Amino acid sequence: MTALNPGGWRPEMIAAGGADDSTTFTGNRALMLEEALIFEIGSTETTGVDFDEAASAADLGPLARTAPIGLPGLSEAETVRHYTRLSRQNYAIDLGLFPLGSCTMKHNPRLNEKVARMPGFADAHPLQPQETVQGAYAVIHELAEWLITLTGMHSVAMSPKAGAHGELCGILCIKAALEARGEDRRVILVPESAHGTNPATAAFAGFTVEDIPATEAGRVNLEALKARLGPDVAGVMITNPNTCGLFERDMKAISDAVHVAGGYVYCDGANFNAIVGRVRPGDLGVDAMHINLHKTFSTPHGGGGPGSGPVVLSEALAPFAPLPFVTKHAEGFRLIEEESAGEDHPQTFGRMTAFHGQMGMFTRALTYILSHGADGLKQVAEDAVLNANYVLRSLEGVLDAPFAASGPCMHEALFSDKGLAEGFSTLDIAKGLIDEGYHPMTVYFPLVVHGAMLVEPTETESKAALDQFIGALRSIAMRAKNGDPALKSAPHFAPRARLDETAAARKPILAWNEPAAAPDTPAPSEIGGS
Amino acid sequence: MRYLPLTSDDRSAMLATIGAASIDELFADVPVDARLDGPMAGLPMHASELAVERHMAALSRQNRAAADGPFFLGAGAYRHHVPASVDHLIQRGEFLTAYTPYQPEIAQGTLQMLFEFQSQVARLLGTDVANASMYDGSTACWEAIVMARRITKRGKALLSTGLHPHYRSVARTMAKYTGDVLVDGDPSLDAGTDWAALADKIDRETSCVVVQYPDILGRIDDMTALAAACQAAGALLIAVVTEPVALGLIKAPGEMGADIVVGEGQSIGVGLQFGGPYVGLFACKTKYVRQMPGRLCGETVDANGKRGFVLTLSTREQHIRREKATSNICTNSGLCALAFSIHMTLLGEAGLRQLAAINHGRAKQAAAELAKIPGVSVLNNSYFNEFTLLLPTEARPVIHKLAERDILGGVSLGRLYPANANLANGLVVAVTETVTAADISVFAAALKEVLA
Repeated sequence: MTALNPGGWRPEMIAAGGADDSTTFTGNRALMLEEALIFEIGSTETTGVDFDEAASAADLGPLARTAPIGLPGLSEAETVRHYTRLSRQNYAIDLGLFPLGSCTMKHNPRLNEKVARMPGFADAHPLQPQETVQGAYAVIHELAEWLITLTGMHSVAMSPKAGAHGELCGILCIKAALEARGEDRRVILVPESAHGTNPATAAFAGFTVEDIPATEAGRVNLEALKARLGPDVAGVMITNPNTCGLFERDMKAISDAVHVAGGYVYCDGANFNAIVGRVRPGDLGVDAMHINLHKTFSTPHGGGGPGSGPVVLSEALAPFAPLPFVTKHAEGFRLIEEESAGEDHPQTFGRMTAFHGQMGMFTRALTYILSHGADGLKQVAEDAVLNANYVLRSLEGVLDAPFAASGPCMHEALFSDKGLAEGFSTLDIAKGLIDEGYHPMTVYFPLVVHGAMLVEPTETESKAALDQFIGALRSIAMRAKNGDPALKSAPHFAPRARLDETAAARKPILAWNEPAAAPDTPAPSEIGGS
Repeated sequence: MRYLPLTSDDRSAMLATIGAASIDELFADVPVDARLDGPMAGLPMHASELAVERHMAALSRQNRAAADGPFFLGAGAYRHHVPASVDHLIQRGEFLTAYTPYQPEIAQGTLQMLFEFQSQVARLLGTDVANASMYDGSTACWEAIVMARRITKRGKALLSTGLHPHYRSVARTMAKYTGDVLVDGDPSLDAGTDWAALADKIDRETSCVVVQYPDILGRIDDMTALAAACQAAGALLIAVVTEPVALGLIKAPGEMGADIVVGEGQSIGVGLQFGGPYVGLFACKTKYVRQMPGRLCGETVDANGKRGFVLTLSTREQHIRREKATSNICTNSGLCALAFSIHMTLLGEAGLRQLAAINHGRAKQAAAELAKIPGVSVLNNSYFNEFTLLLPTEARPVIHKLAERDILGGVSLGRLYPANANLANGLVVAVTETVTAADISVFAAALKEVLA
């Protein structure tokens, strides 16, 4: 048997490391279970998959892979246990409130998961003959119609794979539209409060990024923006509601001014949850906006994706939308690919991804939308905004809320670190929340507020859940104001204490490597087991 | 509404705490003429779980699922058997409903999984390091081209004609706007690759050469000489793998000298899903890691000295570097990476090698049987589980005739290269372990009839 780690991982090695403060033999603490890496517990000759037939000999000559690959295998029983144990080291919406601002961590309905696994969706190939996948095209088309209606826009590009990919789609539409007009505008204006993806996207597409000044009330400074507009400005990227949790009251005036100056308005739709069913971005003069299906429309975030970022477009930008897309005809649905684009869609900027986008997210999002309906979606926005304002007003006496005086917030409440005791920071509050059994809010973003804490409770939290969270945050805020030293070393009750991120970046260890054999490592036979 | 826990009493009490008379007051910043009063007109109202499931099931039934009959499609998306435990485990709420692991103390499950994923991917592709995933293979391919530009400070990329046409199309779209020069073209119906010719085209402006392995026609080749040619000219070799199961049987691109290896990880753990979500693989030599796009997970220790994992080298990324970031990518494909990693753990090296060998054997069996049909021949002189058939007539109508007989008989080159009449008779046929001997016989018999 080829063990990848000849010394073999043994539980006592944790204790041998000497750093563990627990007194157990295993390093476990009851339900808090340590788990080694697959490379330490698996072997290259173990497999958890049975095959019906023996492999036939291959005749690939020098191309045959003869050197060991070093991929460990586990039996199914061990595999299920490994990943189940790992899963228990994660916080998740299913465990409690997940108030990560601008991320819209709402409940993920399980009907969505069931539907996405229906064989017609999960077990269909993207290049099947079109007559065999009419139901899949129908899903894409039905979701597209909903997104167009809910946003009041002209059309939608469905293929972008996530929010930032959607931003790129919108920015490339703008670039293509400018080229069609024969104009070479080089500047995209982005407020400092924007998500980092906005300037990164604009730069990726070859634009120069310039800042839009903000007012003291946390909104775009309309007059300063107007003064900057000119023949070199291709457009603006604005998040609305913005990342300070505020609705841009002047959005229509901003759009009008940008249009008069010959530019286009990109809206970052990350915060669409606050207004879905209540406000249509199309009424505010937006030319392009991505919709994070993994935020507003509840497709699960999965520990970092997959997302999905369809982009709704104005009539001015629609001709430049990417391929492919679905159209409806008397005889059924048709996929417009490179082949037919020449006749139907000659100005397209091209293709952004292989195949047609995140079908698995489309089925989930459509299921969510149909479950809510027009009335339910409106209620979503209202409850999301109500919950955020409830948090804001319940805590503004304890934590500094820089924009609270300027009126209600939208779906997220913003606080700063002002007033904490010397040496205490937003990070300490975040880590204290972990000990209270919560995922922290978004911290140090937006950049326009010192030590920002952005709390987005979402509409799927009950009043009782909010009250407990408010109580916990109030308690931690008081500890930070009073300089409780225990808060500086929080979390105390998590699977790990604060991790050394500086060391991780200075000498990156990005993959597992066989440890150098220590001369005094006992042979496996001496320890027993295998 | 079953997903909304607030009661009307709750709402009233909360409004009182806030000091607002109505919900409308909370929307006071929205201009009056942009506010919608009631639910949007013309849209359906909320619906029960039963009603929604019925509607979606009806749409699902309008698709012919791959499992419903003989199925031979590949061309960048492959149907493999995914063990039941994979889908069970990725639906653990702690994985499914977690966010990107920004708070490592309570995200060690995701982080350790990503570290294992990165390690598996690096080993599979034969490279030093891999990132925590990209959207899919096509976007990973473009990001690799941009990365090569950053490293070499040159802007001309040579694309093999064997690169998947969608990948090439994505690169062409992006290059239009970034100013990168792409040298590309449609494939010729040759038995071997165009790699030797590509090596001759490398010059001092060349940032990278991009080859697919196995390529769009299923051909495989040794890239050692091409890697040496790249290195001699200061260019990078980017290898694209759309069928990673192949690497259980054939040499990894990294072993043959590729500098950056990207791929589509869909065929391990993820399933067909009508094109997405998939999982982009991205790996490279250690010396290039700081030019890599995407999230990276690294090992470290916590304040008590215990081993733990964190997202690292984030100074490359958009949330820190903003317009100077290596990429705008934020959300990647975490849950699909988990599915890939679980399936790979179940397989292990022994299982992967056996799975790959079974695929190859089944493909050889199919190729032999199909080549017996009068007028039909196999183009490739080498392949893994996918090969190109040359038919005596255009392949597209044949595909539709086969579909009428409930056989999904491959992907026609006419679908992939509609403007190129020279390729119209080509049919790309993939044969995985999910194909039975009976499927092959049914397909061969039907193809013979259709062509007769």
